[in-house]
Amino acid sequence: MPPPPATGCRSAPVLKERGQHEVFCGLTGIVWLHRKMQDAFFLVVGSRTCAHLLQSAAGVMIFAEPRFGTAILEEQDLAGLADAQEELDREVARLLARRPDIRQLFLVGSCPSEVIKLDLAKAAQRLSARHAPHVRVLNYSGSGIETTFTQGEDACLAAMVPQLPEKSARELLLVGALPDVVEDQALRLLSDLGIGPVRCLPARRAEDMPLVGPDTVFALTQPFLGDTHAALERRGARHIPAPFPFGEEGTTEWLAALAREFDVPAGRFEQVTAAPRARARRAVAAAAETLAGRSVFFFPDSQLEIPLARFLTRECGMEAIEIGTPYLHKALMGPDLDLIAPGPNLSEGQDVDRQLDRLRAARPDLTVCGLGLANPLEAEGLATKWAIELVFTPVHLYEQVGDLAQLFARPLRRRDLLKLEAAE
Amino acid sequence: MKLSVWTYEGPPHVGAMRVATGMRGLHYVLHAPQGDTYADLLFTMIERRDHRPPVTYTTFQARDLGSDTAELFTTACHAAYERFRPQAMIVGASCTAELIQDDPGGLAAAMDLPVPVIPLELPSYQRKENFGADETFFQLVRHLARPMARTPEVTANLFGPTGLGFRHRDDIDEVTRLLSDLGIGVNVCAPMGATPADLARLGAAHFNVLMYPETAETAARWCERSLGQPFTKTVPIGVGATRAFVAEAARLAGVDARLDESRLRLPWYARSVDSTYLTGKRVFIFGDGTHVAAAARIARDEMGFEVAGLGCYNREYARPVRTLARDHGVEALITDDYLDVEAEIERLQPELILGTQMERHIGKRLGIPCAVISAPVHVQDFPARYSPQMGLEGANVIFDTWVHPLVMGLEEHLLHMFREDFEFHDAAGASHHGRTARAGTGEGGPAPHAPAAHSPRDISGPKMDPVWARAAEDELRKVPFFVRGKARRNTEAFAAARGLSEIGVETLYEAKARYAR
Repeated sequence: MPPPPATGCRSAPVLKERGQHEVFCGLTGIVWLHRKMQDAFFLVVGSRTCAHLLQSAAGVMIFAEPRFGTAILEEQDLAGLADAQEELDREVARLLARRPDIRQLFLVGSCPSEVIKLDLAKAAQRLSARHAPHVRVLNYSGSGIETTFTQGEDACLAAMVPQLPEKSARELLLVGALPDVVEDQALRLLSDLGIGPVRCLPARRAEDMPLVGPDTVFALTQPFLGDTHAALERRGARHIPAPFPFGEEGTTEWLAALAREFDVPAGRFEQVTAAPRARARRAVAAAAETLAGRSVFFFPDSQLEIPLARFLTRECGMEAIEIGTPYLHKALMGPDLDLIAPGPNLSEGQDVDRQLDRLRAARPDLTVCGLGLANPLEAEGLATKWAIELVFTPVHLYEQVGDLAQLFARPLRRRDLLKLEAAE
Repeated sequence: MKLSVWTYEGPPHVGAMRVATGMRGLHYVLHAPQGDTYADLLFTMIERRDHRPPVTYTTFQARDLGSDTAELFTTACHAAYERFRPQAMIVGASCTAELIQDDPGGLAAAMDLPVPVIPLELPSYQRKENFGADETFFQLVRHLARPMARTPEVTANLFGPTGLGFRHRDDIDEVTRLLSDLGIGVNVCAPMGATPADLARLGAAHFNVLMYPETAETAARWCERSLGQPFTKTVPIGVGATRAFVAEAARLAGVDARLDESRLRLPWYARSVDSTYLTGKRVFIFGDGTHVAAAARIARDEMGFEVAGLGCYNREYARPVRTLARDHGVEALITDDYLDVEAEIERLQPELILGTQMERHIGKRLGIPCAVISAPVHVQDFPARYSPQMGLEGANVIFDTWVHPLVMGLEEHLLHMFREDFEFHDAAGASHHGRTARAGTGEGGPAPHAPAAHSPRDISGPKMDPVWARAAEDELRKVPFFVRGKARRNTEAFAAARGLSEIGVETLYEAKARYAR
């Protein structure tokens, strides 16, 4: 791996754009959050469009008794506001009677409910009182006018933080919904390093929710958690800044920051991480052969773009042309930006047609973008990687480094394999 | 408010997108918040389109709310015109923009763009996707089509195919061929493939072929009134309907009806002895009104099935579907709640479901074979191969598609003959896997009365189910595994209806006699 660059991108100029955003709204976060929180139900208060979005994003999952749904606003709900609260109470009562296994209910705000200023916070309080102690009702907004894609998870976790019980003890809190297999790996590594006790936000079940207080320190596993970060700091908890745990370098730097905080001896750190680091380096080598020397262009989607660009440029030898992100939180992204050598164009927000003009001018080897753009760009002869897969697939920490690199290498290998043009 | 997990139809602006995406040279400016662009992926992923849908979203955010959003709309409209230079534009609001009341139509009119700009009023909180498509196409036709001289030769317009339509691509080819055999040319096919300039010359056709009433009936009626063009009332799905359609088109064109049936195979396939086993198979049919009506006719008259129940999700076609149901001696199910559909299927216990993507999932859950006949559909129902529903090849496709999920006749016979064979029972596993094969549970679907298997949706108290006597259990195990689940349910229902607390061998056979056909 190359040594860290003398100056990174932390103070590089950022192109800020507004215009048409080709992105998901925060409601989409429900699709993975409900898998993580096994006794939670997510009830969107919105329109048919919201229900249609969830159905399109959740694909086939919709029939495995999903723990999410939409209370679709109808014309009479728009006519008078007082009525809407009663309607909501009735639908919630029916829902909870049907699903007695539900312990946490999230009322999720949408664009329509935000625009008509339906007070879901008050509804959550009232319903919490009514259904206590069995069910706790919380609220957050996943509306497109306020949140982009993964920011829905941020809004959800930030809404939970003020409700967490107070406790003064030196504990480590891992923040961000990780696939269970990855979370287990993280807990094992931290335990081998002698760091503990460790808790997770969100927890898999309501009764395992972490406690928080002035002695809590926390690490973010996902880059899109700005509001949760602020909410935890308001509770007195302290953040441990680090690059995000993607790739061998990212995971090592992330663990090293935690090890410093918990005074883990250098020898022990080396002993615990040496074998998985070597494994990760071996795993990435095969994909890096395909990726090295190729250029990559990121459209904004999940806020994972900056740490992933860091991984691809430093560990796979790619060249980043543009790194687009829907929102750039300089403080949280700083450690990753420090590791990216100056050169790539950084952009925040989007005017999709202008960004497409820049893309076509640059003709990168690989474009990371959403599903609405991927096939049209392939038809123009550009190789693409669907961004949404990076959110649903286990990609963090050492054991997933090879898989992560393969996600980017596979579309390029496939293009080399298919000889269809020649056959015509 | 209504709690919903699954919707058969999207909001009306998705219907407008289906019209715009089907057409060329048209651009849609949609006043909508960030996130509504999700609908693009329906077209680029499910239909695998190689272009972005011609839609510009204004993408307003919370900080824009107030006077700013109207300006945002105007800017987006200008930018879209400059970039794409369409022949015409449609403008409208999504559900959220409907609430902020910016009036896209008025704003766009004030901009004085050099092309027709057609405003759409799509009430998102009352209507749905099919309405959106129908209304959008109607507004386009109303604004662009003018009376004009008919073409010298006899031509017709094809009305209704859109983006994201179930088999629309191949149905167009099949109908074009039927007409061409009659010596009738196609003037314009719309919305699919048409430009706004093409819509302007709709009036030159002698009549219109209404392929899909759901997406084009209002436009067809307007053309009948304003352009003097009659339109066909028969949708040519199935053999009988195709023959009736050809007769109708020939009458409208003033030519002799001609149909070359040399490539039609459904009638012979349905008559061949292997199909005898299809006789009286009980089917449940659900989907959009048009496809359900066509399927019911094919099921009864061309396949020899018994229609056990039918219904549709689009209320616009509730009345004809109710009439149709009476004709089949059943009660129509008009609902857009898949839980109602699931309950009805569970109650009827059909042997085959003909439905949408949702019914396929319901069928999987209940262990009932299913074939897809209507939107909404998923990516596998936009196949690469030629697979129309309409016309003669459509009939061939339908025969294969419906029979495929059923156990074939001979196969069923062999299963009966050898059901007690030591190598050929459900616990034996597949022989080509050798000794490593793992046998299935052999229960023929989930056990309906295991106490832990109560659906979480089921809020009724514990039921007192009749108990199976050992001898009856053993007898039940002799029933072939693929009908055992149904035999178990039928017998239990039979016992429960008679207040029996125990099921013996007698009860089993009494129930069998009761349910036999």
